[in-house]
Amino acid sequence: MNIIVCVKQVIDPEAPPSSFRVDEAGKKVAPPSGVPPVLSPFDENAVEAALRIKDAQGGKITVLSMGANLLREVVKKPLSMGADELVLLEDEAFTGGDSWSNAQALAMAIKKIGEYDLVFCGRQAADWDDGQVGLGIAEMLGLPSVTLARKIEVADGKARVEQVTADGYEVIEVSLPALITVSNELGEARYPTIKGIMAAKKIEPVVWKPADIGLEPDQIGAAGRKMNLEKLYQPVHEGKCELIEGESPEEAGANLALKLREAKLL
Amino acid sequence: MPEYRGVMVHAEVAEGKLAAIATELLGCGRRLADELGEELSAVIAGGGVSGLAREAFAFGADKVYIVDDVLLKDYQTDAHVTVMEKVVRQVMPRILLIGQTSIGRDLAPRLAFRLETTATMDCIELAIDPGSKLLLRTKPVFGGNARAVYTSELNPQIATVRTKAMTPLAPDTSRKGEVVTVEAGLAPSIIRTRILEKVKQEVEGISLEAADVVISGGRGIGSAEGFEQLEELAGLLKGAVGASRPPCDNSWVPDVLQVGLTGKIVAPDLYIAVALSGSSQHMAGCSGCKNIVAINKDPEANIFREARFGVVGDWKKVLPALTAKVRELLAE
Repeated sequence: MNIIVCVKQVIDPEAPPSSFRVDEAGKKVAPPSGVPPVLSPFDENAVEAALRIKDAQGGKITVLSMGANLLREVVKKPLSMGADELVLLEDEAFTGGDSWSNAQALAMAIKKIGEYDLVFCGRQAADWDDGQVGLGIAEMLGLPSVTLARKIEVADGKARVEQVTADGYEVIEVSLPALITVSNELGEARYPTIKGIMAAKKIEPVVWKPADIGLEPDQIGAAGRKMNLEKLYQPVHEGKCELIEGESPEEAGANLALKLREAKLL
Repeated sequence: MPEYRGVMVHAEVAEGKLAAIATELLGCGRRLADELGEELSAVIAGGGVSGLAREAFAFGADKVYIVDDVLLKDYQTDAHVTVMEKVVRQVMPRILLIGQTSIGRDLAPRLAFRLETTATMDCIELAIDPGSKLLLRTKPVFGGNARAVYTSELNPQIATVRTKAMTPLAPDTSRKGEVVTVEAGLAPSIIRTRILEKVKQEVEGISLEAADVVISGGRGIGSAEGFEQLEELAGLLKGAVGASRPPCDNSWVPDVLQVGLTGKIVAPDLYIAVALSGSSQHMAGCSGCKNIVAINKDPEANIFREARFGVVGDWKKVLPALTAKVRELLAE
């Protein structure tokens, strides 16, 4: 069983909202100072999904990431959790892309990796919250896809996927190879072990440039975009919270009920 | 070369009727179509859906494309993407609107890539640029901390729209339109998935998305038992209980109660957030509510930036007193 997991390094989505700054002129988000980047949390769920399959029946997990100046401690985290290999598309030319140029580069890299039964992606990246790249890869590689997985099992050349729906889930069988996007309902990703961290240190990532995956610089990153980002801004908070006081928390609670009645909300 | 013209809505069907999101998309689509001076059409693809065209006309459509095929009864990616590709290539709409639902999240990106065009997901505002006539697509990004406005010259311009972000028109049953039937022409062999089972995780009481009052708990609730206190208040107010992600991840409540960017979108009259910090990802699910009430012991919690009323204090003390007083007031 060969599984490829796509992961993305992002600004920590758990960073306090007050530290969040947009450079409107540059149409960019300024990385918050003192908050290091992380793997997009849904991508960690995707790594976890792959590790559970490996635990159950063995196999090889190849992690694929893309960007420039990727922090090794971030992109190597899946290795320290138990993944086997790391391929990086690392070049300034890979940055600033949209779902099209990103899916294109990842699809070409997956083709070059060659042998795979499953490709996993997080349901959406925690930065642009788009949720398109996984399906774009599937379309470009001609793979069937299942989105929003909360459980994945493999048997007899097929995957059995529990897909999150609005009021529960559906159990879907898909032929392999297939692409599956993973949601947080799968459960939290495991922590790296000391042994895993030591093992990850010894694994050197394979680094590919655009030419290595057969793409011209104008097909990838910012140059390969099909979408124009016209504007990026922070919504204004009205920030007019009326605090309800009391001599004790209990009194404040009772006063809140009175206030809600006064505001005709009860 | 034929030109791309008009606005098309992908109208989802739920329980034999147009889904709420379909009526919201029609309301938004009508406005965009009028602005362009072009036609608004709806595509209804499913099994046994031919009777639904009248509903789509009542909510604003000029023309309805019906694709009725037993293979479309349940949503399956390969079948629905193929059928939508066929309709879009035939009709050539300038704009295609799809709901940001579990179906839309699956359909829109694959369809966009197949048509070699672009989609913008989870839009909360759509407008026509007066100069370029392109669709301006506004979507929250970075978990709601920022908003991005996108355009693309590629047609059709596809956008998925967040549920409850747009208002449906008041239905006018006297409105008429043209029904066009499209053959699905699907070969069963193209469908590479099979639905083995559908599991509904039933939650007692009023559904979260329909409730006028929602009481949501966060990480600070600490246990499944803690949520019983939220249920008590919800019961009094005939509301529903919701949660941010941590209580779902910890199985204190079922996943289907998650409110937020990747959970349910709610817009009740009153939203009481208990021991919940108010991350942007959570607020994305309730920002349509005008009356957010926060109970949190941390005065710096983000929820107080979003709330209309708040109490700074331990929820274990504040909430029972609130519930008791509410009971008393309602008994009067």
